[in-house]
Amino acid sequence: MNAALGAVRKPVPPAASAARPDPLVGLKPRLEVRNLNFFYGAKHALFDISLTVPINRVTALIGPSGCGKSTLLRTLNRMHETVKSSRLEGQILLDGENVLDQDVTRLRRRVGMVFQRPNPFPKSIFDNIAYGLRVNGYRGSISEAVEKSLRRAALWEEVKDALHKSAYALSGGQQQRLCIARALAVDPEVLLLDEPCSALDPISTAKIEELLFGLKEICTMVIVTHNMQQAARSSDLTAFMLEGHLVEFQTTEQLFTTPSDPRTEAYITGRFG
Amino acid sequence: MSGWAGAAYGRFRKVNSYVWLGMTAVCAILVVGVLFFILGYLVWNGGSDVNLNFFTQLPKPVGETGGGMANAIVGSIKLLLLASLIGIPIGVVGGIYMAEFGGRFSAFIIQYTADLLNGVPSIVIGLFTYSLIVIRMKHFSTLAGGFALGIMMVPITLRSTEQFLRSVPVTLREGAMALGASKWRTIVSVVVPAAYRGILTAILLALARVAGETAPLLFTALNNRYWSPGWNQPTASLPVVVYTYAISPYDDWHRQAWAAGLVLLGMVLLTNIIARAVLSRGISAPR
Repeated sequence: MNAALGAVRKPVPPAASAARPDPLVGLKPRLEVRNLNFFYGAKHALFDISLTVPINRVTALIGPSGCGKSTLLRTLNRMHETVKSSRLEGQILLDGENVLDQDVTRLRRRVGMVFQRPNPFPKSIFDNIAYGLRVNGYRGSISEAVEKSLRRAALWEEVKDALHKSAYALSGGQQQRLCIARALAVDPEVLLLDEPCSALDPISTAKIEELLFGLKEICTMVIVTHNMQQAARSSDLTAFMLEGHLVEFQTTEQLFTTPSDPRTEAYITGRFG
Repeated sequence: MSGWAGAAYGRFRKVNSYVWLGMTAVCAILVVGVLFFILGYLVWNGGSDVNLNFFTQLPKPVGETGGGMANAIVGSIKLLLLASLIGIPIGVVGGIYMAEFGGRFSAFIIQYTADLLNGVPSIVIGLFTYSLIVIRMKHFSTLAGGFALGIMMVPITLRSTEQFLRSVPVTLREGAMALGASKWRTIVSVVVPAAYRGILTAILLALARVAGETAPLLFTALNNRYWSPGWNQPTASLPVVVYTYAISPYDDWHRQAWAAGLVLLGMVLLTNIIARAVLSRGISAPR
């Protein structure tokens, strides 16, 4: 970031956004982040974030590298706890209950995650999908659940004859869809996606975006991306973050056509980041 | 005149490249050559004595030719089995602790101790076992020998297990934990399976290393001209037999020492091949 950023970081008249309709009108909340502050050791990484993620919608988090979007995403299923020196203040409510008070393994079953690079386990395709079911003590038919998840992730037709082959035999795009299927297998209410297409080619990316669109029926999604076109194409709501602050949260259409904050405008028009 | 070097420099670069390529090839051939030379020399000197009797009969008294080393072969197998039972679990579980749970300080202490233990001369380990077990039990035994070899396996297994576990990508652990797996479950079901080929290779290496150890057996397992039933009596083992036969004045024993060396090498090789055949099944993480 540079001088251009300094220039656009003047105080913004609050009237600009006050006149706007609430982007969440008519939507039920699934996740509510309230006054979240996050620290890596002494480093303050997220500042007083409040954000509501509505049910059965795709919410995108955008912003330049290092703005805290991945950090915010990882707090939603408490993956931040893998970093020992991290500290979190504030509340994150899932269906009204604070996730910080819940059993973390149960929480992560309800809030699944897909990572930046495909990370299938060194197991067969079948065992990859079955993993979450087994870990969570699923009582139904595992093979039916595996088929259902693979179908949901639009991968079934491609792998149905190779279920017992290594997951590493798949292409990068297929591996990422396998990871999505693996996350879907445990019926999460929320799916967190951390730049899921950044390691993929355009065709695989298109497949995954199409897939996410269809998944809205069954779960709520939060996607981190630094690809603005991807946010514009695949999300319903978009939050723009900068240096640990939530700058603007709007419906995607509004944010990309008529952003209310000059910093958002500077970012989406490519003046920095 | 252009700023670029002329054709002479291009030729120099080519020659330079060939020279270095040649040197690496020579070194590689030397390494492999030494192994094949040893193998060939063993076969040349002891191959004729490796026959069915060698595997089925006890040693003959001095002066009589023939006989075998069945007792030493079985003794070595028993010693290595015992060493594995002691060395592998401690090494692997300790390695898991170091890689997954160890704090900075405890990891440093264990690492340092393991490296030191690895550097302790094997004869000192033998002495240690002698004073700890043999003196208390008042006799030499398979048990003491296996214990000494087991101690020697621990640091090798521990350090390599740790390193192979550390090389498992963080994203795999995160993937498992994001599905609701506990840390322990993640380690057992994802991290260790991802590293298991490496860990097994390390175990085989440790086993091969102690299989040829003579010094720690000299005053723990001692030697035995006869069968050694159970775990409580002195036992023959291939390395010790090689040692005693090689320093004897009899030509027949010399040949048998060569043969014993060959059989020992064959045993290590066979274990390696079997383990690798088993290993090639299953799915491992890409390198």
